[in-house]
Amino acid sequence: MERKEARRRAQITEKIAKSIVFVFSSISVITTILVVYMLFSETIVFFKEVSIVEFFTSTKWTPTLQPRNFGVLPLLTGTLMIAIGASIIAIPFGLGSAIFLSEYAPKRLRKVLKPILEILAGIPSIVYGFFALTTITPLIRVVLPQTQIFNALSASIAVGIMIIPMVASLSEDAMMAVPDSLRNGAYALGSSQLDVVLKVVLPASISGIGSAFILAISRAIGETMIVAIAAGQSPMFTLNPLESIQTMTGFMVNISMGDIQHGTIEYNTVFAIGSLLFLLTLSMNILARRIVKRHKEGI
Amino acid sequence: MKSYYEKLHTYNTKPKRILNRLFYFLLLIMMMFSVFVLGVLLYTVIRDSWGWFDWQFITSMPSRKAENAGIYSALLGSIWTIGLTALFSIPIGAGTAVYLEEYSDQTSRLNKFIQLNISNLAGIPSIVYGMLGLTVFVRMLSFDRSILSGALTLTLLILPVIIVSSQEAIRSVPKNLKEASFAVGMTRWQTITGVVLPFSIPGILTGSILAISRAMGEAAPLIMVGAAGYVAFKPESIFDAFTTLPIQIFNWTSRPQEEFQHIAAAGILLLLIFLLVSNAIAIILRNKYQNRID
Repeated sequence: MERKEARRRAQITEKIAKSIVFVFSSISVITTILVVYMLFSETIVFFKEVSIVEFFTSTKWTPTLQPRNFGVLPLLTGTLMIAIGASIIAIPFGLGSAIFLSEYAPKRLRKVLKPILEILAGIPSIVYGFFALTTITPLIRVVLPQTQIFNALSASIAVGIMIIPMVASLSEDAMMAVPDSLRNGAYALGSSQLDVVLKVVLPASISGIGSAFILAISRAIGETMIVAIAAGQSPMFTLNPLESIQTMTGFMVNISMGDIQHGTIEYNTVFAIGSLLFLLTLSMNILARRIVKRHKEGI
Repeated sequence: MKSYYEKLHTYNTKPKRILNRLFYFLLLIMMMFSVFVLGVLLYTVIRDSWGWFDWQFITSMPSRKAENAGIYSALLGSIWTIGLTALFSIPIGAGTAVYLEEYSDQTSRLNKFIQLNISNLAGIPSIVYGMLGLTVFVRMLSFDRSILSGALTLTLLILPVIIVSSQEAIRSVPKNLKEASFAVGMTRWQTITGVVLPFSIPGILTGSILAISRAMGEAAPLIMVGAAGYVAFKPESIFDAFTTLPIQIFNWTSRPQEEFQHIAAAGILLLLIFLLVSNAIAIILRNKYQNRID
């Protein structure tokens, strides 16, 4: 009797436990639904007030000043400048570090270098923002005195430094996955290590490296605190990196520092920009996953 | 067109050896750049906070005068927020991982759909999570701009990371241990609580600590949720307004006066000490339990 009772109790526990962990798993799905719902419901309200054509073609962005202009292009050029500048730093340095770690570094050196990259990756972006403002900007101004205090260049260098570890570790994973038999085959044909890296390892891991680049650029687009601190707050339709600019994320933070009320045009503007940011980063992330998947099926 | 074989068939000549050397040094310089930057960054933070980072700074409230300003309220706010975030995110994250790894059929559509969701959520910029927090917790559920709203927002932000690292930890549990448990008549839940979780807890904790220390440095989502800039009181309950270390630092960096740069640096030093300590704990945990079954 007692054993029957115990078994029944175990079965009930089993059912309860299973439902609880199932509910926990559904939280991630609910989060996705909520994100999409909140972004688009507010964005629809925004586009009732502002024409889509103006939003995507006008080069003036003054949503809080009279006369109000809602041209997103200045924010887009600002975001683009930061992303491109960050890539110019992060892609070569990240890839170089990855090749070094995967192909050249002896085990003991790897053991030291990997944690250093992890520490760099773990430093909050607010710290990089401070670093950009107090160290990188003065350095730039020594070389180019006409640079403004807040400028795109300084922020993009800081963002670039911040995403080096990400590029390095993702690319390194891709290179580590290349089987040694390929390397040894090339050595047997008389290749030097440089030949092996350039003609065997890189081509074999190119999809993983490409997806690492895309993910890193997507991170740079979504980066907020560095640009809020170091890039300035002036939405300019310019491609001059020495000027003060504003990115999409920078605008969102600046306007939220004041208390924005639900139902105002400012509030809806933040959500419209948020939707654009969300669509941009999401499509890049999906693209990055696709590239890797395709390649895996190809092998 | 040369064949692939011909492309690879080369001779090791002297110019080639020199080229190899040069390439090696180029890579070394690229790798060392990161190490150098980390060094410079730590040096500037320590230099700028020199003389400002003291007991008075840690135990004082923020102030309009730099020499009296302290980080006490932000420190407490961070501790409250992060504690609450850990309380929510570790059980939910580990629970989700248990469901995906132990309960659901790995090949089922539902499992794949949830996995896809998690990897998409991991790529969403943190500021968008802040907007979600503002919409759902601050407005819909009317928790207002409180510690609770902030912690729930951070929970959603780091859940994907915790889920993925917990899944890896659970996957590393040896199959024969699980099978032994089933063989003596244990139910699935008894196996999970008796075998799977005890074995994977270090891995789950390592991933969680790293994720939570990331949440500790996040400012953007909390600004969206409206963590106030100037809080000169101790938090008493989870429904209080609050500020955190990164937000306090952000406020100080945006002030024009020179002294506030030093105060900001002192705040950063405190934040970095916290992060280094928690990362060290995570790394020690990982190394201690890495090779248990050998």
